[in-house]
Amino acid sequence: MPIKIAVCVKRTPASTSVAIDAAGKVQTKGLPHGINPFDEYAVEEALRLKEKLGGTVTVVSAGEAEAEEVIRAAIALGCDDGVLLSDPAFAGSDGSVTASVLAAALRKAEAKLVLFGKETTDGASGQMPAFTAAWLDWPSVIGVRKVAAASEGELTVERLMEDGVDTLTLSLPAVVGVIKEINEPRLPSLKGKMAAKKAPVTKWTAADLGLDAAKLGAAGSPTEVVGLEPVPARPAGLVIAGATPEEKAKALVEKLKEAKFI
Amino acid sequence: MANTGSGVWVVAETRRGKLLPTAFELVTAAKSIASQRGETVTAVVLGAAEGAEGLASAGAAKVLLLEGLGEFADDACAAAIAAAAKAGAPRTILLSSGVFGRSVAPRLAVALNSGLGSDAVALELDAEKRLVVKRAAYAGNVTQKVLVKSQSGPELATVRPMAYPRSAVNGSHGTVEKVQGDVSAAKGRTRYASFAADASPELDIGAAEKIVSGGRGLGDPKGFELIRALAQAMGAAVGASRAAVDSGWIPYKHQVGITGRSVRPRLYMACGISGQIQHMGGMKSSDVIVAINTDADCPMMKAANYAVQGDLYKVIPALIDAIKQARG
Ligand SMILES: Cc1cc2nc3c(=O)[nH]c(=O)nc-3n(C[C@H](O)[C@H](O)[C@H](O)COP(=O)(O)OP(=O)(O)OC[C@H]3O[C@@H](n4cnc5c(N)ncnc54)[C@H](O)[C@@H]3O)c2cc1C
Repeated sequence: MPIKIAVCVKRTPASTSVAIDAAGKVQTKGLPHGINPFDEYAVEEALRLKEKLGGTVTVVSAGEAEAEEVIRAAIALGCDDGVLLSDPAFAGSDGSVTASVLAAALRKAEAKLVLFGKETTDGASGQMPAFTAAWLDWPSVIGVRKVAAASEGELTVERLMEDGVDTLTLSLPAVVGVIKEINEPRLPSLKGKMAAKKAPVTKWTAADLGLDAAKLGAAGSPTEVVGLEPVPARPAGLVIAGATPEEKAKALVEKLKEAKFI
Repeated sequence: MANTGSGVWVVAETRRGKLLPTAFELVTAAKSIASQRGETVTAVVLGAAEGAEGLASAGAAKVLLLEGLGEFADDACAAAIAAAAKAGAPRTILLSSGVFGRSVAPRLAVALNSGLGSDAVALELDAEKRLVVKRAAYAGNVTQKVLVKSQSGPELATVRPMAYPRSAVNGSHGTVEKVQGDVSAAKGRTRYASFAADASPELDIGAAEKIVSGGRGLGDPKGFELIRALAQAMGAAVGASRAAVDSGWIPYKHQVGITGRSVRPRLYMACGISGQIQHMGGMKSSDVIVAINTDADCPMMKAANYAVQGDLYKVIPALIDAIKQARG
């Protein structure tokens, strides 16, 4: 039975060496951007599930107009269509509020299975899958390294934990966060790139989603970034001296002993 | 509506009947907040767990055992904690930021109408005694301070493992209370099927005080035998760079870095790892870094507190001997 799959992606700076401007904001304008690398695994898994179950994959991204680039990049890999969630009212939303926007869009798009990557390279909270599932009131699981079985009604997955692997079965609709171990993402084909140029990308605003503007943006968010500072480089350390590996090893062990590591 | 709750709760994660040690780190973090507000700490334990009572003598004024939860399913755990929090009305709830915290804390935040600050390396209070989370962003290149503006619900935060020391048994006597966990809000949509323990139950890098990591400089998979020998001599867990993992030399769960795992040990020993930004993002907040590398100018050697230039195949065996000698 075909299934409506959605995959959520974010456009992030390709580098994490960012500057903080005079206003105390992270400056990312002008930096090269691309699809958040973790999201590539989610896109790949969505495509594999579509190949197995039939159906469609919709790419969903919340962000500024430029986010359309990463939606089209995912379509070039084989996704069917895209939804761009863009509205000045969304600016400054925290993770929870952004997830509420995604949730409204996923409901409107009638998605039954939603995939996310592990985290973004910029904010790195890793909380969007669970936040989105919470707003949808759906079950969710993150840290997924394998989809063991999938049908129209449920999904069985392996979750990598600190001490081993949990196997869980979730009834659909559900949200799944995947990790890098799950697959090897494909590269776009020429045909895919052509299709991506023409594929439909729908744009939805807060009004299209029926969202209350008072609950959006910085003012509607329950958390606020109140400080940002660059992390100073670690001070230069000590080069362990010695003419031979043995001498160096001895000198290092002395230091480790002083610090009570041995 | 303002947050009218009182007290700091910590959610103590359990795995198959055992309390995880991060619970004691959370108690330390909670005490630092609670003491500034004249409040007490409550430890909420998911399921009856071996060692849970220990929290009552390590600083928790109360231990609340939520029974009948079974193994970890996101929605059931969140439902039970949310129900308990509605009844108990804490001002602040802390969870650890591993897979468990990332799975459960957002669901709690939505259920309780709360703000959530994630992956704190330190907790502070502002002038109004509201929670401020200090966290790393952009692969550890930027420190953010995030104010958790509690709405009607408690303020929530997840705390990075190893960010706070474990609270020691101090002779205090908290109370222990058992209640049945209310999982009705989860509607039974997630079924926990089975668990497969790691084949070799090694020390996990997430909770390790010391980590010895190997990278592409090992040259081949056998290199990890040497890394494991050094780790054993040091009492350390084994980590790896992505280059080593992608080469198939060691499983993914050992990978340190932004696509792997973030670690914060007291000692990180990087052997044959050049220190690219994506690796550094996962370990550069370690207290002490040791680098062993043939290239004195690579970023890891520059970042290290102790930089040992040399061939790891010569340095590590000498190091293992020297450690054995030092231990006598
Ligand atoms: C989106 C993205 C995400 C990434 N995520 C991660 C991540 O999570 N973790 C991660 O680690 N990487 C990650 N990377 C990869 C990262 O950029 C580097 O490629 C990787 O960290 C390099 O691993 P390495 O230091 O082991 O290898 P190299 O950079 O090849 O370094 C090998 C080092 O070994 C030294 N060496 C060689 N022989 C010896 C010897 N005999 N004795 C001693 N030293 C020797 C060399 O001098 C060199 O410094 C990511 C990359 C991208 C693009």
